[in-house]
This record gives sequence, C-alpha cells and structure tokens, in this order.
Amino acid sequence: MTLPRRPLLLAALAAPFSAKAQTPGQPLLAAPWDEVLREARGRPMFFNAWGGDDRTNAFIAWAGGRVRDLHGVDVRHVRLRDTAEAVARVIAEKAAGRNAGGSVDMIWINGPNFLAMKEQGLHFGPFVDRLPNARFIDREGKPSTVVDFTVPVEGLAAPWRMAQVAFIADSARVPNPPLSMEALVAWARANPGRTTHPNVRNFMGVTFLKQALYEVAPDPPALLRPVTDETWRPAADALWAWYDRLRPHLWRGGRQFPENGPAQRPLMLDGEIDLFITFNPSEAAVAIANNQLPATARPFVLERGTIGNTSFVSIPYNAANAAGAMVVANFLLSAEAQAHGADPRVLGNPTVLDIAALPEAERARFAALPRSPAILQPEALGRPLQEPHPSWMTRITAEWESRYGR
Amino acid sequence: MLRAVPLLTALIFLGPIAAGLAGTLLPAFGWLPALGGTAFSLDPWRALLAAPGLGKAVLLTLGTGFAATLLSFGLVVAFCAATQGSPLARRAQAALAPLLATPHAALAIGFAFLVAPSGWIARALSPWATGWERPPDWATVNDPWGIALIVGLTLKEVPYLLLMAFAGLGQVRAAEGMRAAAALGYGPVTGWLKVVLPQLYPQLRLPLYAVLVFSLSVVDVSLILGPGTPPTLSALVLRWFSDRELTQWFPAAAGALLLLLIVLAAILAWRVAERVVASLGRRWIAAGGRGGAGLVLRVGAPTLMAALLVANAASLLVLIAWSFAGPWRFPEALPATFTLATWQAQVQAIATPAATTLTVALATTALAMGLALACLEAEQRHGFRPGQRVLALIWLPLLLPQLAFLFGWQVALVRLDLDGTLGAVVWTHLLFVLPYVFLSLADPWRALDRRYARSAASLGAGPWRVFLAVKCRLLLRPLLVAAAVGFAVSVGLYLPTLFAGAGRVTTLTTEAVTLAAGADRRILGAYATLQALLPMAVYAAAVMLPAWLHRDRRGMRPA
Repeated sequence: MTLPRRPLLLAALAAPFSAKAQTPGQPLLAAPWDEVLREARGRPMFFNAWGGDDRTNAFIAWAGGRVRDLHGVDVRHVRLRDTAEAVARVIAEKAAGRNAGGSVDMIWINGPNFLAMKEQGLHFGPFVDRLPNARFIDREGKPSTVVDFTVPVEGLAAPWRMAQVAFIADSARVPNPPLSMEALVAWARANPGRTTHPNVRNFMGVTFLKQALYEVAPDPPALLRPVTDETWRPAADALWAWYDRLRPHLWRGGRQFPENGPAQRPLMLDGEIDLFITFNPSEAAVAIANNQLPATARPFVLERGTIGNTSFVSIPYNAANAAGAMVVANFLLSAEAQAHGADPRVLGNPTVLDIAALPEAERARFAALPRSPAILQPEALGRPLQEPHPSWMTRITAEWESRYGR
Repeated sequence: MLRAVPLLTALIFLGPIAAGLAGTLLPAFGWLPALGGTAFSLDPWRALLAAPGLGKAVLLTLGTGFAATLLSFGLVVAFCAATQGSPLARRAQAALAPLLATPHAALAIGFAFLVAPSGWIARALSPWATGWERPPDWATVNDPWGIALIVGLTLKEVPYLLLMAFAGLGQVRAAEGMRAAAALGYGPVTGWLKVVLPQLYPQLRLPLYAVLVFSLSVVDVSLILGPGTPPTLSALVLRWFSDRELTQWFPAAAGALLLLLIVLAAILAWRVAERVVASLGRRWIAAGGRGGAGLVLRVGAPTLMAALLVANAASLLVLIAWSFAGPWRFPEALPATFTLATWQAQVQAIATPAATTLTVALATTALAMGLALACLEAEQRHGFRPGQRVLALIWLPLLLPQLAFLFGWQVALVRLDLDGTLGAVVWTHLLFVLPYVFLSLADPWRALDRRYARSAASLGAGPWRVFLAVKCRLLLRPLLVAAAVGFAVSVGLYLPTLFAGAGRVTTLTTEAVTLAAGADRRILGAYATLQALLPMAVYAAAVMLPAWLHRDRRGMRPA
C-alpha cells in the first residue's frame, strides 16, 4: 500500500515555524530553563494519564520519583479510566471561566483527544522547543513525533513513547499466526472463542478496527483526510462486512469484550485466548518477565504493515503548574527516561529519540539494554502505517456502538 | 450555640442535594449557559432516547435492581422465619457484622475472582472434576443478563437487611407472638410469617427502599460485575458525563433524571405491591391455615445463608490470595508460590490513596459524629424533637440515585472553586455518612435512662460534664460502632469521591474500580484487600476498645 507520506512529512517538518501559539504571551514560554526549574520546584504536578496498564503506571511512578529527586517536583499520577475524562475536565473548567489554576497540569494524549483540545485552543504552548532535551527527538526517522494522526503537533505536545500495533500469539498453540486481518477471520473460524479485541470505546479496541480498515477499505489514502459522508460509507460497509464475518467467532461470541488492552493478558495467561492485539511490540517480553503472559507468547506483525503512533504529553492552557509539567515532559525526553522505558523488563518501548544524535555516554544506556527473544526488532516491525485522521476513529466508535452496542 | 446545630446540619446536608438536583434538572432541559445552553428545550431527551442501547440499559437496570432486592428480602425473611428463637440467628448476626464493613467494590472484585470462568471455583474443580484444562468460554461475570451483578449485589445487601431485621425484631415482641401462635397450633414458619412479619415489615421498609434504590442506581458494582454493551443506565450515564464532547452532558443530565424517575416509580410500585401483598396476606392470615413444620424452609434458608456467608468470605480470601500470589496459572488451585513482591512493588503507589482514604474517612466520621451528637443533645436539652417528616429527610441521600444530584453538585463545587479539594470530598461524603451515623446513634441515645443524667446533675455536674462523663461513657459501645459504620461507608464511596474529587482526590475505592478494568489481578488484589481490611480493622477496634476500657467494670460489659 502506498500512502502519500511525503507531503505530510514536509508539513510536519515545517510545523515548528508555522506553529500558532495557543497561549501567546505566556511568560514561561520565553523564560530561561533555569527559571522554569525554579518555578516548578516544590509544587505538586497532576499528571493525568490513562491508568489501565500497571507497567505504565509503574513507569510513571519511577519517573515521578526521579523528577522529585532531581528537581523537587511532586508528581501525582491521576489515573484515568479514559483520557477523555481529563479533556472534559479542561473544557468544563473553561466553560466555568477558570482560565488559570486549572486542576489538570499534564495529560498523556494523542489522536482525537489531542485534536479536540487543539481545535478549541486548549493547549499550552508551543512549548516543546523550550525543552532542552527536545533537540534529540527523531523527527525525521519517526515522523509521528511531529504529526499526530495526520494532525501537525506544532510543538503543543511533547512525544514520550512510540507505539506500533503488533499481535501476540501463544506460540505453543498458534504455530502459524495469521498475517492479515482477512487471514484472522479464517483463523478465528477454525479456533472459535480464541481471540478477541478490547472494547471499541477503548483506543486499543478501535485501533483493531482501524487496522482492519486499512486492509479492507476501497480507498486507503482517504483515511488520512478528515472523514466525509462520501468517504465513510464505502469504507464502513467494507469494514462491517469483514467484522460481521469475524465477530461470531470471537471470545464470548463477540458479545463481550475486555475493557482495554492489558485486560487481554490474564485471558491469555489463563488459556482463554491464544491471540490478541497490542500497541507495544515488546509487550510479550515485558509481560513474560512479570509472569503476566506464558513464556511461549510471541509477537508478530501483519505482512502489509501495522499502524504506528506516538504518545505525547500536553499541558492544558490553564494548568496550575505548567512549569512542573514542562520539567516532567523534559525528563520524559531524557536519555535516562527513554532508556529506562526501552528496557524490556520495564516497558520495552522504542524510544522517540534519535539515538545516533545522543552524546556517547547517553548512547551507552541504550546499548546496555538486555535483549529478549520475545521482542520484535525494528527490521521485523517494518515501517509503521500512519494513523488515520482522528475523525475516522470517532466515527468508527460511534457506528460500532449503534450497530453492536444495543 | 447548640440550638443552631440542627439547622446548620440541615443546611450542610440539604444544600448540596438541592443544588445538585437543580444542577441536574436544568441541563436535562437544555439550560447550562456555560456550555451554550441558554434556552429550554427537549433536545437532551431526544438525544437520550436516540442513544444506542438505552432501552436495553433501562430494562437491565430494572431487572437487576428488582431481582437483587427481592432476592435479598426473600432470603432475609426466609432465614428469620426459619431461625426465630434459635441460636443460629445470634451466630449469623456475629458473622455478618464484619461483612457489612466490606466496601461493595472490594467484594465485587473478589466475587469476580471467584466465579469467573478462570476463577477460584473453576480452578478448585479443574481438571479433576470438570476436565477443563482451559477455562470454558462462559460469561459468568459481565454476562449480558446481569446475573453476576444481581448475585454480587445480593451478597452485600443480605447482611445489611438481616442486621436491620434483627434490630427490628428487638422492637416487636417476636418471642411472645411466636409462643401464642404455637399455642394456637401454628407451625413455626407459618406462625412467624403470620404473626411477626407484619409487625417487622414497617421497621424494614426504609432500609428496603434504600436497598432498592442502591441496586437500581449503583455504578461501581455495575462496572465490575455488570455487562458492558450496553451497561446499566447508571453506568451509561456516567460514561456520557465523562465524555470528551461536553454536549453529551445534556443527554447525560436527562439520563440522570430518567434514573431518578425510574427510582421514584420503583418505590411507588413497591409501595403499591406492599398494599396488594398486605391485603392478600390478611386474607391468608384470616383463613387460619396452621401450616406444617416448614422443614424445607428450615433447612433450605440457613443453608442458603451459609452459602452466602461462605461466598462472602471466599471473595475476601481470594483477594488476599492474589495479592500474595507468585505465578498462578489456570487450573492450579493455589499459586505455585506466595510472595511479598506485589506488595513491595505497590507500596509506594498504594500509600497515597490509602492515606487519602484514611484522612477523608476519619474527617467525615468525626464531623458526622459531632453533628449527630450535637443534634441529639440539642434534642434532649432544648426539646427539639424532629417530626417524622424531618427524620425522613435524613434518608434522602440514601433514597435518591447518587448520579441524580452529584453531577449538579460538582458543577456547584466548581463555581465555589472547591472541586478537587479534600474539603469538598469530605463534605460530599458527609451526605452519605451522616444518615448512617445518625440512625445508628439515635436509638441508643434516646433510650439511655434519663436518671443517670439527672443524678449527675444533682451531684453538681454541668451539662457538658454530664454529656462527656456520663452519656458518652455509658454509650461508648454504640458510639464507637456508629463511628465504625460511618468510617466504612466513607471508605466504600465511589461516585461521590469521583465527582467531588475531580480526579485529584483518589481513594482506594476509586483506584480499585479503575484497576478492575484490566489490571494484573495481583495488583488489583492488593488494592481491594487493603480497601476491605481498613474498615474491618476499624470495626474490630470499635468492638474491642470498650471491652478493654471497661475490663474492670463489670456493670459496663455487655450482658
């Protein structure tokens, strides 16, 4: 599949220069870094991040401890059931006229949530280029660090982890995993009840459908433009035709779904399912190390490629502690944090940094990481497919809900 | 000063409910200027009715709510009828009290660990009895019919109703009635149903309504045990309230109002059913059938009750087991190893919500105790005796669905710039803690022989000294039990914490419910274990402290 990557890439690279400030005149955006550090010290910083994955929660707790030691910022993880909760809170505060001293300091964000805030001018910044560690971001090699779901980030959110769709199969039970969404239907038919997908209201669940959409849509490049009625109908018809063939063969007959991605792990560990989707190609390795998956779990990707994206942190325009958020965002971009996150015993996440651009000592952190047979190397992963425009995601969720949520 | 307390209490108490109801009612009809709703319309209702799954969600709500309430009530009546006057009743009472302290969410999580296809029961029976090497593809939790939700609610409601029934039985002269019935040749079960139940029922009415309302509108248990596509109405409404599209708040407010209407209609329907059953029952009583020995019920009801107790205890045990489990794969009946690793890894993360839970629960309980005691004392000193109507108001937060006023109350808290503060959470918890504290204190306080206070006063003690050295000391046991009840209620509150805490104030309950969506069972087990043990420890302390303090005063020990 060929997608028009180049124009987007160019737009992305040009982005920092065309960025329009959402909080112009914010003194923090012009302050020297020392001053940001001084202002952040000793104050609480409420990091609103989806709390459904214990590995990520542990990583955030570790990062919070490090930032406390280094800069005296008191990081508090507000564990969200859904990122939209934090966005709703910011919007509600704006509606109530609370334009300063807001209760959300930083949000783990991308996709529709990022776009919703951007469209309503609710992001603080652009702040990314104020962060000392931002210069190591691999903007060319990993364009999704500057274009999120086709939407230019424009320095309004700092990348902190890479994600790419992969599937995990228990190799003891699935010697030859299906390498396309079409092959998955045949596999599920032969192995009824042995695979599932997360609830479609959850980002992982809707990503499962987007991955299929890339394969079955009559006009895949249309996915990179905002959805219209003309582009939606044929794509949706193809998607639901595929899904209706798959669904009866899913776990619990496709009438019940795990709430989110990590909820699939115990299902595989217990032997209820043999195959599931993930956003972290290293999930199998990390989960095996933590007794959360059988030792025979192995990741694989589809032959025509899988969707990849970047996780960001953004700061609401009315954040009470924007300085603290900047300090944490900068720490998340540090080689120390990125190498810790890349450790297959921690998150096993590919870094957002350009390792080659790092100073020698920092590069060594990555070289020292252990390897695991349950990790897909970048060559095997292939170049990620770009996320469709966020409007597709919203539309898929809504229509899935009205078709199957009754 | 003391004269003002009842009024102050009413304000603290009714203010949020009035503000909250108004704040839900107006957006339900399109009025919420902050979001551009500046004209009244029926659009929110149209959007609500068009929402996918609404019809099924309403049916599910009615089905699970009534089924859980009827099941709990039936079991309690059957058990009381079967065990009247037997030592079993007393033993059940002792066993049930600590269960009452367990938060709903912890019990629901434990119950899910127990009955899931890969749960403890299946593990214990596999593969030797079932032949399962892998869990069956059955929906034993989150099933589309809400059966797991009904059973989970029943597990928690039965102990509550049973304790209320025991308290009520103390007020009706059951033993005398039973003797008279026996003398007239009635079988024990029939005699109980014909003589005692009609007297007991009025005492149970309000607790039953509270159970009905709770079962119809519960959110946390529904999130953990209920179905997802669609969920119950309350969970659906909560989903809209936390949607990124704030325009969803309008149908959400309409949905919260619909839930309120459903609840009111349900109470009305129950009331009508009471009349019908009463008139049928009167005919049945008048017909004079003596009934047999009622053996089926006398064996069946205690057996069912024992099963329920075992399920409750096993739900708690399995939480503890998971929190200490090493690798534990299906179908192993027990973990291969036990380890402290989970607790060690989580201790830092769990400490913050645990401290918040403790702070909020202690502050709320202290406030509730202070207000309740001041009201009762004002009643005795100044003769403010609240009428039945006023007393019914104290049940209000328990008879309204929480969602119906918490959303509006949250908007008010944002206006007051109080949302997300500990103070706001404590205030909101107070709405639910005060009724329980007041109701469990009022009877013993009013029942205390006035002559103690008069003797003390005649010896020269001032009113405050009488209050502290005589009344509080004599009533130490009920005081501490009331405090323990208040503490347990606060620890278990989910929605009030969620709305008033604005995500910033998180307790063990909110964290456990969040984690229940899919976290590692060992971590979830640790959170839920702590959540369950905290109120139990406080309850144990409340029971043991007076015994220790009064170890050298024979007259102060319970008979």
